[in-house]
Amino acid sequence: MSNNISDDKKIANLKKKYWIATIKLTIFLLFFWFFASYGAGILFRERLDEYSIGGAPLGFWFAQQGSIYIFLVIIFVYCFAMSHLEKKYKIKGD
Amino acid sequence: MAQTFWTYFFVSLTFAIYIFIALKSKASSTQDFYVAGHDVHPVVNGMATAADWMSAASFLSMAGLIAFLGYGGSVYLMGWTGGFVLLALLLAPFLREFGKFTVPDFVGDRYYSKLARIVAVICSIFISFTYIAGQMKGVGVAFSGFLGVPANYGILIGMIIVFFYAVLGGMKGITYTQVAQYCVLIFAYTVPAIFISILVTGSSIPQIGFISNIEGSDTAMLQRLNDVLLNLGFIEYTKTNKSILDTFCITAALMFGTAGLPHVIIRFFTVKSSQDARLSAGWALFFIAILYTTAPAVGAFARLNFVDTVNEAGYVNSDQNQNEIFISSEQPNSGFKKVPNWFINWEKAGYLIFKDINNDNLMQYRGPNPPDGITNEVIVNRDIFVLANPEIAGLPNWVVGLVVAGGLAAALSTAAGLLMVISSAISHDLCRNTFFPNMTDKTELRVARFSSAGAICMAGLLGIYATQLGFVAQVVAFAFGLAAASLFPVIFLGIFWKRMNREGAIMAMLVGLTSTFSYIVYFKFMGGTQNQWIFGISPEGIGFVFMWLSLLVGIITALLTKVPPDEVQRLVQNIRMPS
Repeated sequence: MSNNISDDKKIANLKKKYWIATIKLTIFLLFFWFFASYGAGILFRERLDEYSIGGAPLGFWFAQQGSIYIFLVIIFVYCFAMSHLEKKYKIKGD
Repeated sequence: MAQTFWTYFFVSLTFAIYIFIALKSKASSTQDFYVAGHDVHPVVNGMATAADWMSAASFLSMAGLIAFLGYGGSVYLMGWTGGFVLLALLLAPFLREFGKFTVPDFVGDRYYSKLARIVAVICSIFISFTYIAGQMKGVGVAFSGFLGVPANYGILIGMIIVFFYAVLGGMKGITYTQVAQYCVLIFAYTVPAIFISILVTGSSIPQIGFISNIEGSDTAMLQRLNDVLLNLGFIEYTKTNKSILDTFCITAALMFGTAGLPHVIIRFFTVKSSQDARLSAGWALFFIAILYTTAPAVGAFARLNFVDTVNEAGYVNSDQNQNEIFISSEQPNSGFKKVPNWFINWEKAGYLIFKDINNDNLMQYRGPNPPDGITNEVIVNRDIFVLANPEIAGLPNWVVGLVVAGGLAAALSTAAGLLMVISSAISHDLCRNTFFPNMTDKTELRVARFSSAGAICMAGLLGIYATQLGFVAQVVAFAFGLAAASLFPVIFLGIFWKRMNREGAIMAMLVGLTSTFSYIVYFKFMGGTQNQWIFGISPEGIGFVFMWLSLLVGIITALLTKVPPDEVQRLVQNIRMPS
């Protein structure tokens, strides 16, 4: 019986840690999300336009191409990192 | 005419495929009907989501819009893709873990309130109907422009096709037809794009061509485009007139709106688990990105090509003899060029207008501030850039037929997803969960089919009405602004803040809905002027501002009222943990 209670506590503790790790990961990735689009593509566009990638001004390129590629990377990194977190905190059964 | 033959051929072929799939995937339970049995593979769902998401506007209008707005068009590119990051990280996996059928389901259960559910139903139906009118209009345009069928009959044909797979198969039928529709539309979009990229830059990958030099020169394509446009009195392609703040807010409203659109969210209910929902969002963005990174390249190539071939070209009407013009023109050997054939074709269809103001038989294409002071003589419908692309790139006739089939696929797949939201809101949320809780599964399925049929008729009528009014483009601002300001905040807070309660949610939705609605109506339909904009933010971007207002009002109201019951807090705990 006492064993059960301490197990329950352990699980609750792991769940709590898992959720905090999830929030941290989410904020970390949203940071990139913000900088790829609002940052590079809008707020700092003019500054970045002084550089170029191929024949395109860099800020403009971020607004029309780069941000989309970064969004894709963000989502797949999230998938990967989340399944890692689920294993680490023993959240997922299978 | 060969082109009409090919158009009929591709359109009938693709329609036959959709009907075949519909008959093969009949729904036998409400679970099948609403969420395709919860067992769609994440990649398949990603593809279906991409078709669901990319509408007639994405397919037909976006490249043209970017061609005209240049950098200003970036708001659509970032806004309509960045929303998927929010979906994947903040909403989709948790809503899937919740495990029910609709968005109002979540709102109703999480906020333990029938009223909250009904408000969510109103938001969903309102957003979906404004959106669907545009799709039906797109179907009408495609039929009347290419098949010589009057727009209203075109809409009727579209309705019948959607009826087949939406009413018979529900979400199950829609999922598999959307996969087929994605294949059709992406093929139809990329083939002409590759050829026009080769034509302009010599690169067979449009995304590479976009940053390359002009074929056979060492000037970058975009540099050349900037110079050409500046000389004609437009602003440079890579610049904009819009303020940074307005650009920021429009992008954000589109992003948060995308994440809050019910027809996108419900696609993530169809996969097996929350893990699959995350993956599926990634795949959806992958399939969307193929079109969305091609579109800016198509826009730029098409604009440059348009200026090169049309500006200063001699206008030769089909019944005039070309030689006569040559003789009468005073510059027989100084680079005289003849109007391209596609120009004449599309002029007949009303997409291009040429008024020879200075009577020199040459077409002068100019921007608002031309350095040479010549008045613009060419008026262009933006949709021309996708529609005429195959001809501009000199592709064979059948490619045009393919593009028409692609445009129809884009419109019909989105329409089906929206119909699903409307019919499930009526049959599941209103009938089963609000008014007749004792309804059996079998009756609910029948009601779902019936309301789906009803919604199709309504949508068709809206489409017919919309072709006469031409307000569709303006109404799109509604859908995104409303989704961002009404549904996104309550779903987000419902997952990430346990303390959020019923009172807060209802207030948040009502504030977001009414403020955004009034702002848009005032400036779009009641003649509000630009200098009255709050902080200089256009109606397209206001959803983002009112989203914060909605969040704030929701949080304050929740803090002033009772803590939500224990079982609701446990529900929140559960949806955060994948099982």
